[in-house]
Amino acid sequence: MDHAVYIAWAYAGAAVFIAGLSGWVVWQARRVAGRLKALEDRGVRRRSAGSAP
Amino acid sequence: MTAAAAARKPNWFSRLAHPGRFLAWSRPVVAPLAALTAIVFAVGLWFAFFNSPEDYQMGDMVRVMYIHVPNAWLSQFVYATMTAAALGTLVWRHPLADVAGKAAAPLGAAFTALALYTGALWGRPTWGTFWEWDGRMTSTLVLLLIYLGIIALWRAFDDQLRAGRIVAIVTLVGALNIPVIKFSVDWWNTLHQPASVFTAEGPKLAPSILTPLMVMMAAFTLLFATLQIVSMRTEILRRRAETMARQAAAGEGG
Repeated sequence: MDHAVYIAWAYAGAAVFIAGLSGWVVWQARRVAGRLKALEDRGVRRRSAGSAP
Repeated sequence: MTAAAAARKPNWFSRLAHPGRFLAWSRPVVAPLAALTAIVFAVGLWFAFFNSPEDYQMGDMVRVMYIHVPNAWLSQFVYATMTAAALGTLVWRHPLADVAGKAAAPLGAAFTALALYTGALWGRPTWGTFWEWDGRMTSTLVLLLIYLGIIALWRAFDDQLRAGRIVAIVTLVGALNIPVIKFSVDWWNTLHQPASVFTAEGPKLAPSILTPLMVMMAAFTLLFATLQIVSMRTEILRRRAETMARQAAAGEGG
């Protein structure tokens, strides 16, 4: 394959980048879910919780 | 139904605007969408490496196009999404609009950075240089800087409603760069080749190269959709957590 090094760097870099981006998005989601759960465990409720679907 | 009752009944746009409803319908969508993304990526990679011929000019470097072009497309598509969200914030005051804009900005920045990275790797053996200050590359670099500026602006304000309005205005101003990126290859004599996929006459590529390209574009677009939905859910829940924390602090304080 011509220029295999460039092709490998492009795909490896993209894979690392996408894995990092996806991991960051999932980490943020888990962090916020953990924060919400901690608040709910302390008995904190939203004032509008009764009307929310 | 009377005219007054019909006027009071929320339309689909208003119903969609409710963050609680978004959380409800999006929750079961994420896992199937992520699975579909993985499947389409697998098919696209199979096409890219095992079912795509060498290009008569680029040789095997055409395989880099299968990740470069989708990221270049997404860099502009995500910004177009943010522009629509900015209009939603300023014109319709849609409660999900600024959430969508804020969630999309880091994703757009990542796709733009990846487009520049893969473009540089494609350029070195093809053009003999990683970088050239030509119209397409420079305007794409400007797009990355706009994304980073918008991310910084979101983080500079505690009041997210105020931040949303300011960011929306900046986003609309920054949208002027999108036609510059698109038409830079027509307006100026650039090193970057003219458009070959999104043209008025249709794609100019051979089907054997267009097929893997389209499958990879679908895969990356699905990836964006998945990450966007998860990020929007996170942003809604983060605002909910902040409101609850403020309520708790006010209760403890007073």
